[in-house]
Amino acid sequence: MAETSPNSAVNIHMFEGLPERKIGWLESLLGPEIYRILRGLFKNPLSIIGMSLIFFFVLVALLAPVLAPPTNPRNPYMTPRDGFGPTPKNPGSVWKTKPPELPFWWKTVTGKDEWVHLFGTAGGQWDLYYGVVWGARTALKVGLIIEGLTLIIGILVGSLSAFYGGYVDEILMRITEIFMAFPSLLAALTLSAILSDKIGKGIWPPLIALVAFGWMGYARIIRGDILSVRERDYIMAARVLGVKDRRIILRHIIPNAIYPTLILASLNIGGDVISFAALSFLGIGTEVGYADWGQLISFARNWIPSLATYWYIVVFPGLALILFVLGWNLCGDALRDIMDPRMRGRGA
Amino acid sequence: MTNYIIRRLLIMPLTLFGVTVLIFLMLNFLTPEERSALYVRDIPKNEATMAGIIKRYGLDDPILVQYWHWLVGRKDTATGEYVGGILRGNFGYSRSASQPVIELLKRRFPATVELALYTILPIISIGVWLGILAAVNHNKFIDQAARVFAILGHSLPSFVLGLLVLLFFYAKLGWFPPGRLSDWASAIVYSNEFRSYTSLITIDALLNGRIDICLDALRHLILPVTTLSTISLATYVRVTRSSMLETLRQEYVVTARAKGLKERDVVNGHARPNALIPVATLAGFTVAGLLGGAVFTETIFDYPGIGQAAGAAAAQLDVIAVLSFTLLAGLILIISNLVVDVMYAFLDPRVRLQ
Repeated sequence: MAETSPNSAVNIHMFEGLPERKIGWLESLLGPEIYRILRGLFKNPLSIIGMSLIFFFVLVALLAPVLAPPTNPRNPYMTPRDGFGPTPKNPGSVWKTKPPELPFWWKTVTGKDEWVHLFGTAGGQWDLYYGVVWGARTALKVGLIIEGLTLIIGILVGSLSAFYGGYVDEILMRITEIFMAFPSLLAALTLSAILSDKIGKGIWPPLIALVAFGWMGYARIIRGDILSVRERDYIMAARVLGVKDRRIILRHIIPNAIYPTLILASLNIGGDVISFAALSFLGIGTEVGYADWGQLISFARNWIPSLATYWYIVVFPGLALILFVLGWNLCGDALRDIMDPRMRGRGA
Repeated sequence: MTNYIIRRLLIMPLTLFGVTVLIFLMLNFLTPEERSALYVRDIPKNEATMAGIIKRYGLDDPILVQYWHWLVGRKDTATGEYVGGILRGNFGYSRSASQPVIELLKRRFPATVELALYTILPIISIGVWLGILAAVNHNKFIDQAARVFAILGHSLPSFVLGLLVLLFFYAKLGWFPPGRLSDWASAIVYSNEFRSYTSLITIDALLNGRIDICLDALRHLILPVTTLSTISLATYVRVTRSSMLETLRQEYVVTARAKGLKERDVVNGHARPNALIPVATLAGFTVAGLLGGAVFTETIFDYPGIGQAAGAAAAQLDVIAVLSFTLLAGLILIISNLVVDVMYAFLDPRVRLQ
């Protein structure tokens, strides 16, 4: 076996006779790991539904100004009102006071010459359709910001803890435990109430509060991942080869320890949006009329005995929220299976 | 095992201390005027009185001194009485409910306990049952169905599900009303003839021989219990399922099968006890979460527990009250974590031997 390279421990001839695996252009472009994950996602019917839902909401969010033209372009997140009447109006009733301009698609799609409340109005005449459409923007924005910030804090705390070890690790982990000693939504509720008292209502008090009590899980996972990756053979191999510490950390430890968490984290956006909407629903955070699904649903609280008549106040924004979260969770569930190392090579 | 438990007990005061510090830091976002609610019920109208109160209760003292006084209480410089101190149960005044927070807590806690009691049973029993069923039938129809159900439940926000349930069963059908009791029943329960043994209305009603009141209370409990359990059930199914799948792959399960045990005995006798260990942790969290107050469910069903009180206080920016609720919920969570950890030592020999 003269042609066997001297530093190869494996006998190449072992694999002779096996058909060569073809590597398509997509796989060579994305790399084997991401390709495997994407292929898994596109093979699973549930995650296809999930991705379609996410895609739909992204589209609605992007097209919000076309789907629901703002009457006040300076503050498009404020849901417009059709007068101030106290009783909700049915879906399909005509918009009387200062309706928005008709977009180009309106006549072809609805066949009507005037703007109607497609989803009805809540008490106080807030247009539910407008709120649901722009709520998609709020949801995406809020989800991305919360997830991004919690991840940054989590990665920072987790990696500091793992790299320095010793008393730094001890202190950081005790602090993490203290933050974990509260039910996170209740703690966020409290902080959010304090912050809206101090910096005024808006999306920031609940955002900051949810981040402040949301990073701990990531810090722990990242710490654990780094600690376990650090002991792997390929790190040892890199050390033996004389690779510098910094390069080991940046090129080997971080990618292997953090990417899995990163991918899984992106799918917690559903949960973040639920928490945000929940705070909004209680009236903590965004001001009344802000285009946020939780805020819209809270209008139903005044009509509980007559919800059978005014069902549309709950059903439309509620459905939007459920479908949005469902989209992320369906993908998340599929991803968790694909990324589970025990499931690898079983045709994920 | 003793070592393990002792170590856990030693860490606990540290965590408790950290929790009080964190709460106190949040308290310090407030101005001294707002913090006066720690000691007095009403905000005085004129500034001189307010300045007097701040001086009297040391609300502008150095922060460490204030922390100490907040923790253990202090002498009222005007009357010489000992006032305040969360360790003595003085959390201050809830301005939204205009009464001392501790009174509010005492009044609301039994309702929350009752709700938690009726919620935890269906969650654990049905959740574990479905999870094991799914794992044993891995990748068959029942597994897929349980999985879809778990994802759905996970995606339902409690306040949306609660409102939908109310829309259907209350507004449309009129079967189950919100609240804790009907008017006629609460008139009896809060009268002198009705003796309160446990403060849990369903049980007290039976002890008083009033089945009609017990049924009325149950009628009010059904919707919140359904809402809460539907949402938590999903997590239990998922955890039990994956833990059971993991256990079924273990070698001792293979051994049990190899020696010819019936599949039912393998599942129930060998795999299940070990697969349920993670469920114990989850149950600790759920119980603690429920006792800390199911803010959204209680709010929607107008159920007078501490969750509803916390939600109402937060909405009115009654920070002193809502901070106390959070402190209490944190305390409950820490204790339940401790209980779970100790339980772990009994359940899992690997922990015991460490």
